[in-house]
Amino acid sequence: MTSILLPALAIGAVGLVLGALLFAASRLFHVEVDERIEKITGCLSGANCGGCGYAGCSAYAGAIVNDGAPIDRCSAGGQAAVDAIAEIMGVEATAVEPVRAVVMCSGTGAVAPDSYDYYGIADCLAASKLQGGGHKECSYGCLGYGKCIDACSEGGISIVDGVASIDGSACIGCGSCKTVCPKHIIELVPKRCKVYVKCKSCDKGPAMKNKCSVGCIGCKLCEKACPAGAITVTNFLASIDYDKCIQCGLCAEKCPRHIIVNENAPAEPAAPESQAV
Amino acid sequence: MIMKLVAISLTAIFVQNFVLVKFLGICPFIGVSKKVDTALGMGMAVTFVMTLASIMTYFCQKFILVPLNIEYMQTIAFIVIIAALVQFVEMFLQKSIPSLYSSLGIYLPLITTNCAVLGVTLLNMQQEPAYGLIECIVNGFSSGLGFLLAILLFAGVRERLEFSDIPKPFRGFPIALISASLLALAFLGFSGMKF
Repeated sequence: MTSILLPALAIGAVGLVLGALLFAASRLFHVEVDERIEKITGCLSGANCGGCGYAGCSAYAGAIVNDGAPIDRCSAGGQAAVDAIAEIMGVEATAVEPVRAVVMCSGTGAVAPDSYDYYGIADCLAASKLQGGGHKECSYGCLGYGKCIDACSEGGISIVDGVASIDGSACIGCGSCKTVCPKHIIELVPKRCKVYVKCKSCDKGPAMKNKCSVGCIGCKLCEKACPAGAITVTNFLASIDYDKCIQCGLCAEKCPRHIIVNENAPAEPAAPESQAV
Repeated sequence: MIMKLVAISLTAIFVQNFVLVKFLGICPFIGVSKKVDTALGMGMAVTFVMTLASIMTYFCQKFILVPLNIEYMQTIAFIVIIAALVQFVEMFLQKSIPSLYSSLGIYLPLITTNCAVLGVTLLNMQQEPAYGLIECIVNGFSSGLGFLLAILLFAGVRERLEFSDIPKPFRGFPIALISASLLALAFLGFSGMKF
């Protein structure tokens, strides 16, 4: 009988003592956790995308409560998240502008030729370190190895004909893809803005001829056409001030390269330039 | 004495490497070795827990199990002690050293009942001639270092595999297991060494 009782009691006693010690320790080493942190974490998107600049949703919630971080950083949660956080924290809600990521390159395989064949590591960063910033003639364009695809927590990015394409409806605006893109061609555009310049090339017009048949040549026709003065051409590249833009789409009509995209416009036939390669 | 400790240490790290020679602790070895950073965190946590567990179980063996003549309860008693120890350390770190907690914290619960940790404590007790406290600590710490070395090497290999052109049927886990076996093969070169 003792051969069973003794070990059972001994191990039971060990367990009991350890349990008591752990209980004491949990009281002794108790760390006060602000319950607001958990509440705020619940309001955030939960995507842990890192778009707010913190390690994850709970890290951001902690930063709001402890370090007074701004409450409008969760682009995935949008206005609803900001309102909820404002209520928890007892501060004024700020208006938040929902954004989406757009790849500012139109240089698909047909319009932007390669200057050499690349057989190296299938990774944008590796390819971009080589001669000419990648295998394309245009040193600004998308290389199409999908670094952004891996970065996207929503699975909203695909490579279409050699250029990354982002599904605007899936995009939560976290900007992860923008951060990893070695060519810096992904931009966050306010969701209300449907007109943007889908090119990042600063090459001059003549130099552009053999690099990309649709890229911006800096002709300034859009700058002149814009009634709101929202377009400026610097370094042979047009850029739109989204605060000033009135979404009229005149620039997109005027652009000889059809590089300014107007999502509001009805689908138009493909640009003649893009067919003549 | 010093020479003996060095011999124990070198044996635990290279000749009797826990992961690559004894095949213990494979699940964190495969699971947490995708990035060198996380592998480092995991390896440090294992080293930490192995050292502490070696100390605690030595006392348990000496003052509870041997006097009561119930050495056969080793496995159960050690599991309970290690689990409680890890919980305690986790609470202690959270309160006292938050920076260490944030770097090790998420790995600690993962290795509560890891077989490598249990293995090192059980093997400590099976040595002939029996290990003293110092030898147990050195063996626990060195076994942890051996785990750290193995998981770091493997994480480095896996980071490179990410960018390699691997035949489709081998992508992901198959190639990871193959490279782990090659790594184990390399460590086989140490076997038979006596210090």
